[in-house]
Formats: sequence, structure tokens, C-alpha cells
Amino acid sequence: MGIKKTSLNKLHQDYKAKFVEFAGYEMPIQYTKGIIEEHKFTRTNAGIFDVSHMGQLFIYGEKDLTIELEKIFPLDLKNLKNNCSKYSFLMNDDAGIFDDLIITKIEGGFLIILNAACKDKDYEILSKLLKNKFKIKLDNERSLIAIQGPRSAEILKLVIPEVNKLKFMTGGWFDYQSEEIFITRSGYTGEDGFEISIINDLVEKFTQNLINNGAELIGLGARDTLRLEAGLCLYGQELNLNKTPIEANLKWAISKERLSNGGFLGSDKIKKQIQAGPKKLRVGIKPDGRLIAREKSKIFNESNLPIGEITSGTFGPSVNGPIAMGYIDKEFSKTNTKVLVEVRGKKYPANICGLPFYKKNHIKGASYE
Amino acid sequence: MSEVKFSKEHEWITLDGDVATIGITKHATEMLGDIVFAELPEKGSSVDKDGNAGVVESTKAASDVYTPVSGEVVDTNQEIVDDPSKINDDPEGSAWFFKLKLKDKSEIDSLMNKEEYEKFAKENAG
Repeated sequence: MGIKKTSLNKLHQDYKAKFVEFAGYEMPIQYTKGIIEEHKFTRTNAGIFDVSHMGQLFIYGEKDLTIELEKIFPLDLKNLKNNCSKYSFLMNDDAGIFDDLIITKIEGGFLIILNAACKDKDYEILSKLLKNKFKIKLDNERSLIAIQGPRSAEILKLVIPEVNKLKFMTGGWFDYQSEEIFITRSGYTGEDGFEISIINDLVEKFTQNLINNGAELIGLGARDTLRLEAGLCLYGQELNLNKTPIEANLKWAISKERLSNGGFLGSDKIKKQIQAGPKKLRVGIKPDGRLIAREKSKIFNESNLPIGEITSGTFGPSVNGPIAMGYIDKEFSKTNTKVLVEVRGKKYPANICGLPFYKKNHIKGASYE
Repeated sequence: MSEVKFSKEHEWITLDGDVATIGITKHATEMLGDIVFAELPEKGSSVDKDGNAGVVESTKAASDVYTPVSGEVVDTNQEIVDDPSKINDDPEGSAWFFKLKLKDKSEIDSLMNKEEYEKFAKENAG
């Protein structure tokens, strides 16, 4: 099978994107301005990201669907209101992570946004777990774009006037040229922003409309530096089948009520791990100076004993310095612990630090009116 | 100053007496994208033709810098270490990497001239 293209491929070409293959798709890594300028534009203005390679899984059903999904996800779905979103994960019995995702309660069911590289497998796993009792569809007829940055609400409002009423982690259906589009106020950059699910035939026009109002296309390169500055996990790097949400420091995403009652995939393991304390923890790491410690760099304590490994590392354009995340033995996970990172066979000093590396004034749960 | 010569690893080199100045080409910086880190060989160390002589990193990846000729490192450009974005701004001018006292001047003869390099770079682009 050849490389897949999103419905915005031609637009990316028109804007002189450099392409890379990502999860089987030809995706823009950057445009003419380059990763650093694109990153900074998103932090100060509004960037548009084509994330149509990601999976949009619609599952339809009533109360019995909610009950079945609660056997899978560590979420209080019974009390999740219409148009509200939650971050979660699909786990195995051992609490290893198949994928991380955003699930939104919609009228008559749920919409789950899945990672591109995982979506087909997720679909298989979920179909099997739900025993074909519900209508489940990985929708390829819809594209997904994100608009992110402090001006995103102002710009999106010019195209979809009612969008301002959305609060963080909520969504809703809106009309665009007689078609229904689904918008959530969410994102993956640490900025205010929206994700827009729209039929393939209209996505180019919609995106061009946002560009005409001042937003700019941003590639996957800046998407990665933005999410890393925001301390957000990338599946395949921070998260995989050998990591649990507890080790990944994502306990906040597990419903307290569900945690005490259990009954979701991996719940026994998670309870045990919370009791015993995880051996390793995801942390932020800042190398001294300008040195970049990338994925797979080993971490040592000051006595030169191995204590962990970097999972993502780059230069943070807004932090103006190198940043990384990784897993480290719990006893060394405290902020300001001095460690060594191995790069090209040499060890260099670094510090454990809190996440995110970059924080906006307005944050989770805030109202954006 | 001699004519600028180019290597297949996308370094440029000019010669002044028996001291060569070496940097990476504009074409190389365009392939790399925004450069955010540079590491240079130590002053006083010896480097061998086609051997490692530093590292540049973009936000995406690290790339080795090679030396197209052998010699002793007599100077390095600390400015590009302190502000690697200068490499993108002026790769074939002020953002030189290091200067070598040459071991064997004839090593330069096998390198490409500007015209040959441009043809090579075009054929190897993307």
C-alpha cells in the first residue's frame, strides 16, 4: 500500500511544505518559515495543524454503551455530560498503554480521537471488547484540523461566530456551509485552541478561510516542540505497552471514584502500583547549557549509575534552551535533582525539573469568555 | 585566499597559506533546518580527512560534521556555539566552524569546485 495523503495535501504543497512520512501518511514537517518561527507564531498568534491522520472513532449507543466503555476506560463516563471531553488511555490488563486519547460525550454516543499509528489496532481492540453490540466507525470521511494559540478564538470566531461559548475541554456541533462540523476547545500545544472535525470536501476551504483571517499553517516539527514544552506525552515515546499511566505521572486522568471501585482495564495493576509506588516516573529534564539529549539517551546519577532514559528531547524555542522528558528511578525524580545524561558517549550535567517547561497564564478549567 | 572547494558531506573549505577555514554549506543548512546546537573540535587536536569534526543539531536531529582534509585545529568559531542560529544566517561567511593547519595540501585537489558541488547538491537534494 502506498503512502496516504490527507485532504489538505494540495494546500500543504501550495504553501511549500517539506513532507515526511508519519504513521503511513505524507505529512508536513515544516513550511518555509521553519520550525522555530512556526513554533513562536503559534505561541503568539494562531497556528493551524493538519491532524487528519489521527483517528476519529464514533461509537453510538445508549446507557449500555456507557457501561461497556466504563469496563475499558478509567473514566466516570456515567457522569460525563454531553459535549464534555476527557483525556484517557486504552490499556491492557497489565495497565500497559495501547494508546492515549481524548473521548468526548456526544449526542447518542462518544467520539474518541486516536493516534494515527494506533487507530487501526485501537479499532480492532475496541470492536472486540464491545462485541459488535454497538455501531462503531473509524470515520475516514472527516478531516481533523487544530487551531492553536492566543489568537485562535478570535480568528475561528470570524468563521464560526458561536464558537466562543466553548470552554476548555468541551465541544459541540456547528454549521459550516450547511454541513455539521464538530469543534472541541482543546489541543496539544499548551495554548488555548480548538480541534475541528469537518468533512473532507470542505476542509481545504475551511482552512483557507482561517489562513485568510490571519492564522498560518504549522508543521509537525513545531507541533512536537510545542507539545514537549507543554510537558505533554507523545505515544510511542513517553507512552507504550511497557509504561503505565502511574509511571507516566498521569494519575490525574484517572477518575477517583473509578480508581476506588476498579473494574476497568488494568485497574488491579494500577491500584497495586499506587500502593507500592512506581519504580520509575516520567519527569522533565533540562540539560545544562545548550546540549540536546534525545530519545534513548541514558540518564545516570552523580555516582555514574544508570537511573533512567530520555524519551523525547529537543530545543524548546520559547524556553530558549534544551528540554527533555524521560523515565527515571523514583528516588531521583525530585525537582532539582542533579543527574548526568549521556550524549555521543560523553556524560553531561542536567537537572530534573517540573512540567510543563512552558506555562501560559490561563490554564486548565479556565473560562475563555 | 584560494578558490572555495566543497566536499560530498556538504562542507566548504578555503585556503590561506597552509591554514584552511571550514564550514558547512548553505545547501546543508537548508536540509537541516533551524540549527540549535553546534559542537566543534578542540583547539590543538588533530583531525583526519573524512573524520568526525563536530556536530550540528536542528530541533529534529543531530548530524555529524566531517572534515574534508587532515590537520591540526588552530582556531574554532565560538560565536556559532554561543548562537547556533548564526549558522543558518550566514553559513558560507561569518559562521565558519574551524581552522586547520593542513597536513597534506594535496588533499584539497580531490574536492569539488562550486559548479561541481552545485550539480552534486542538486542531484542529491531531497
